[in-house]
Amino acid sequence: MTVPLIQPTRKGLYCAAGDFHIDPWQPVPRALITHAHADHARSGHDQYWAARSGLGLLRRRLGKKAVIHGLEYGETLRFGPVTVSLHPAGHVLGSAQVRLEHEDEVWVASGDYKRDIDPTCAPFEPILCDTFITEATFALPVYRWPVVRDVARDIHQWWQKNASTNRTTVLFCYALGKAQRLLAELPLGRPGPIYLHGAIAPLTDDYRAAGIELPPTQPVSQAPADEDFSSSLVIAPPSAAGSTWMRRFRKPATGFASGWMRIRGNRRRRGYDRGFVISDHVDWPDLLKTITETGAKQVLTTHGRADELVRYLIEQGLSARPLATLYGDQDDDDGEVH
Amino acid sequence: MQRFAQLFQILDEQRGTNAKVIAMAEYFQSIQPKDGAWAVYFLSGRRLKRLIGPVQLRQWLADISDLPIWLIEESHEHVGDLAETIALVLDRKGGQATIDQRGLATWVEEDILTLREMDEEQRRERVVSAWQRLDAPSRFLYTKLLTGALRVGVSQTLVERALARASGQPQAVIAHRLMGQWQADTAFYQGLFDERSGQEDASRPYPFFLANPLENPPEQTLGAIDDWQLEWKWDGIRAQVVRRERAVYLWSRGEALIGEQFPDILAAAQSLPVDTVLDGEILAWSDQVMPFSALQRRLGRKRVSQKLMDEVPARLMVYDVLERNGQDVREQPMSTRRRYLEACLVNADPRLMPSALIAAPTWQALSEWREQSRERGVEGIMLKANRSTYATGRPRGAWWKWKIDPLTLDVVLLYAQPGHGRRANLYTDYSFAVRDGDNLVPIAKAYSGLTDVEIRKLDHWIRRHTRERFGPVRSVEPEQIFELAFEGITSSPRHKSGLALRFPRIARWRKDLGSNDVDTLEQAKALLS
Repeated sequence: MTVPLIQPTRKGLYCAAGDFHIDPWQPVPRALITHAHADHARSGHDQYWAARSGLGLLRRRLGKKAVIHGLEYGETLRFGPVTVSLHPAGHVLGSAQVRLEHEDEVWVASGDYKRDIDPTCAPFEPILCDTFITEATFALPVYRWPVVRDVARDIHQWWQKNASTNRTTVLFCYALGKAQRLLAELPLGRPGPIYLHGAIAPLTDDYRAAGIELPPTQPVSQAPADEDFSSSLVIAPPSAAGSTWMRRFRKPATGFASGWMRIRGNRRRRGYDRGFVISDHVDWPDLLKTITETGAKQVLTTHGRADELVRYLIEQGLSARPLATLYGDQDDDDGEVH
Repeated sequence: MQRFAQLFQILDEQRGTNAKVIAMAEYFQSIQPKDGAWAVYFLSGRRLKRLIGPVQLRQWLADISDLPIWLIEESHEHVGDLAETIALVLDRKGGQATIDQRGLATWVEEDILTLREMDEEQRRERVVSAWQRLDAPSRFLYTKLLTGALRVGVSQTLVERALARASGQPQAVIAHRLMGQWQADTAFYQGLFDERSGQEDASRPYPFFLANPLENPPEQTLGAIDDWQLEWKWDGIRAQVVRRERAVYLWSRGEALIGEQFPDILAAAQSLPVDTVLDGEILAWSDQVMPFSALQRRLGRKRVSQKLMDEVPARLMVYDVLERNGQDVREQPMSTRRRYLEACLVNADPRLMPSALIAAPTWQALSEWREQSRERGVEGIMLKANRSTYATGRPRGAWWKWKIDPLTLDVVLLYAQPGHGRRANLYTDYSFAVRDGDNLVPIAKAYSGLTDVEIRKLDHWIRRHTRERFGPVRSVEPEQIFELAFEGITSSPRHKSGLALRFPRIARWRKDLGSNDVDTLEQAKALLS
């Protein structure tokens, strides 16, 4: 092997054989986009390719003028000698792994992904490959996600308790993906209406437009004049915490839904009343399971705990090294909180 | 264990103190007494002697999780708490551990304390099997108890409130019953709920009554000077001496028995009538008071030599009488207690000295007396309302301390960072906090004021009591109290506390104080002029 099929460059992950980039962070002629989070889908590229189910979200992020080509999962496309296809990553609506085939070699760049079932997006499909590029956001053995249904039940009970004492329930979470997943997971028998922060409402509409069924919601800005929010659930991005926007809620009970809430110190430091462990990233056991299922002999790591994961995989007899990327530095993508 | 783990979770998640009190009270009312006793023990900040070190625990975790030790260490560093790391790493999705029905007392007494008599292999087997049996929250708690440090985030006062609520006893009675050293057993727990007083443990001290710093000139706020008993504010170790028929007990404000360090005072107290309890200040004294640094030589040792006692003789400056002829007299007014005090010291050993009263006919005259504080080796003046009872804690209004400059606060060490140059690799840059409800709020950094010996001691302590690391900064168990002196205090929106201190420096390492003695943010704000 002379030149690796994918290599990090100044502009992003680059496939020289097919002359395109994956989730580049500087303007390029051809960009394959794994999903619509800001650290992966940046504006300024000449042409975009992405999974069709996420086009609505991507269009909102990139604007009307962006040239975006939608691909069905599994549909193949040629970039010179390289055959490319997109496959579900299970991260958020329209998230995709990028499969590249060139001569006898198969690479998969997985973007961000998770293995837990998520009613708002297609489930991750393991793809056999020689080289697997994986995220390492939560690649430490302390990160093991609880059953999502149990977490949703906890949130629901917390909401019921708050509503019974006339306190507004304000749940902070990332605006794209987590918010909609939480909506979809909430059990029935809701104690009050659900309101969305202005940063979350349009993205939620995009989900509905893509055919995802979600419970009824209203933007906070369109609440009736006499609404006191005392039995409401309000979903807002973390940036709204402590802002003047919060003043409209009397005695709010606040919670944060994130994989980082797995750690007690994070829960306490962030100053929310409750922390709920729910993540759109892969946890430690699923990460190892996925690497095994891909059959990859070489693993390249991005985000977070890349170095630790590499060391561990090498000790397990795999070939592994970290890839330098700029992913994971955006607030709406489970960026490190401290 | 299950019940206690549930309670812990509520306390950990709730931020409101009322909700915490209610949760604890419900637990106390419905729990088996022997389990309740241990719950009180841990919730009030008491701890077991550490039985197993972190190196062993990490190794056992690596062994049973089939993970390399370096990855366990990375995880520990990331999480910042070993018990939590263990609880999380061994967590299995859906793999519900069988519910353990055994209570907290059984766990502590049969599973933890018995580890003392075991060899390493038996300990390992016992601990690992417990880890595998328990669910994650219980596993966390169990390991916390094992490592000797359970920080629950409730103050002693909240525990007292909860027990008062659960038992129907006044909080002051509960506070008294929680003082001193006791066995966590059924009898103790039932004693907390007992209707009758007079069942109290004979050695037990009473809760100390504390003064608030006087912020405004007394003529503006305190009314007529005749209503006040005026004394010097001595700079020593606040202590309580409990004289019983068979023994004398000397207690510090940190609820430690310190008689071994002051056999001269124990001996002097034999001259008191049986069943007398006095409140006072231990001072180093030869003809007149010696500096606090002299007294410090008497602290922290198991044995005090005759030579040291000759060099640094100790006396008790007696402030108050709490019990007289076996009768609790704390509800009597100050003026009455003062008469008792003088009467009971008439024939007493001269090492027990009544605190002299200052005769000042006017506030102006008192102010002039105060100017002499430095020369007299005192910190200022105490003002106690003649009508004041001996209350619990630090209620405002009855007792004031009118200190001379500089301003000081008793603060707790929260973070430490290594210094540079000569102090490289030594933790010498400290961040201190005051209390704000149940939270600790950083209020100042200080770099000076300790001797080199103290710095090394503190450095050693910091390394052994680190809670979390943030790069070079360590957060430590909030246990070490320092008297911080500073020249002024101003509002500052840039600081989390909203306050900025001018020229803060460590006046003294207050080893005699515990975490309950940390001053509050409110007290700090009250110093704003």
